[in-house]
Amino acid sequence: MIKFNQVYKRYPGGHEALKNLSFDVAEGEMVYLTGHSGAGKSTLLKLIAAIERPSSGGVLVKGQNIRSIKPAAIPHLRRNIGLIFQDHKLLFDRNAFDNVMLPLQICGFDHRESAKRVRAALDKVGLLDREKANPVALSGGEQQRLCIARAIVNRPTILLADEPTGNLDTEYSNEIMNIFKSFHQIGVTLIISTHDESILLQFPARALHLKKGELQT
Amino acid sequence: MSTLNEHLRVLRFTLRHMLLTPNASLLNILIIGIALSLPVGGYVLLKSVQTLGAQVAGTPQISVFLASGTGEIDKIGDKLRQHPGIKRVEFVPRDTALKKLQQSTGLADVIGGLSQNPLPDAFVIYPKDGNAAALETLRDELKTWQHFEHVQLDSAWVHKLEALLDFGRMAVAILAALLSFALIAITFNTIRLQILTRREEIEVAKLIGATDSFIRRPFLYFGLTQGLLGGITAWLLVAASLQLLNHQIGTLTQLYASNFSLQHLSPVDSLTLLGFSAYLGWLGAWFSVSQHLWQIEPR
Repeated sequence: MIKFNQVYKRYPGGHEALKNLSFDVAEGEMVYLTGHSGAGKSTLLKLIAAIERPSSGGVLVKGQNIRSIKPAAIPHLRRNIGLIFQDHKLLFDRNAFDNVMLPLQICGFDHRESAKRVRAALDKVGLLDREKANPVALSGGEQQRLCIARAIVNRPTILLADEPTGNLDTEYSNEIMNIFKSFHQIGVTLIISTHDESILLQFPARALHLKKGELQT
Repeated sequence: MSTLNEHLRVLRFTLRHMLLTPNASLLNILIIGIALSLPVGGYVLLKSVQTLGAQVAGTPQISVFLASGTGEIDKIGDKLRQHPGIKRVEFVPRDTALKKLQQSTGLADVIGGLSQNPLPDAFVIYPKDGNAAALETLRDELKTWQHFEHVQLDSAWVHKLEALLDFGRMAVAILAALLSFALIAITFNTIRLQILTRREEIEVAKLIGATDSFIRRPFLYFGLTQGLLGGITAWLLVAASLQLLNHQIGTLTQLYASNFSLQHLSPVDSLTLLGFSAYLGWLGAWFSVSQHLWQIEPR
């Protein structure tokens, strides 16, 4: 599903964010990405979503090479990837329902069909009774769950989560991890970046450990 | 995927967006309307003057003045009447001409002081063919006739009016071109500000798989709608101005016993105006979007 082959990422100015990364993630697999902040976790996720391109090496996502992907093909790649951001990136000019609606509007879904899907996604993350609320009025944990609802409403085959439990207490973290677990069970490929090692003990899965941009084995 | 629904959704979104900032939207539409109403008003005035010119110059005449002491006036008259290019001939004896002059110009005192009538006998000729080239040919032919001292074609002022109208048309065209650029610039700037304020939304939309055309569409619709509403405003402004002007002209034309009035744009011209203003709005938005959208890439 996702294949990294001797991937380097250098930024202008010479900073090397990723060094010689090679690994595979199989379809339906759940993988953790661990390491300190600045170890390159976010950069790695950005490469998969084609937000950035590798400086050298090959990144294959669903058979597409990110290094040479045409700009016009990027939107269609991203529709297959659910992105969950540490800072949520919710839009505060519309309510929770419309935030989750956005990916379906982008794909041009019929309005009635979309409304059903949005409610199903909100139900899945336990926010069905908050659909009219503005994201500003939601707690940190609720905002994170709303972000998840937006990421899954399009039924992507890959979910990328960047520090999804970053600022949450244990109870909220567990809630969110349980949601992820249920996606894993229905065959979604998951990559979850985290610096919280306690999650790994509670929800065990393969972990890729990054240190200063290099993969530790 | 339903494209029509998508376009309707964007249109609803655009209108709602305009209503969210009613003052700014109204001001923009008014500025565009005023800018467009200037060339449109000029065009309407020119068109009315042109119609007036065509009405007055509808019957071109050639005046022929006879050398003094010419006899055989009936014979010359018959000869003129038989000419294939002439529709009607009117003889103006010199005494009649003098009387007319005395009556019409208020020069009675001056003329009364003359010892003899200085005016020649004259024919007024109404040609069959009214176009300028035919008139000139006829005039040149008449010049060669015997006893004709002076032949005058009374259409020089039509040419002058025509030249003046050409000048006016050019001025209106330049004005229209300049203000079209202004319209594009206004839209360009409006859309630029919108893109800046909706930067976050654009970024998020790109992250979750929006194509460039999806992101561009609401802005293009906004430009198009704003241009169209500006065009409607211009139409209404011109209509209102004509109403006022026609009221004034009414008193003026009564004195001249004419029924001249300024005509508003024809339906075809009106549609052209609306189409053109909508297109310019779209164009301004398109320039703005192409200029600014690529700068917003998710990081």
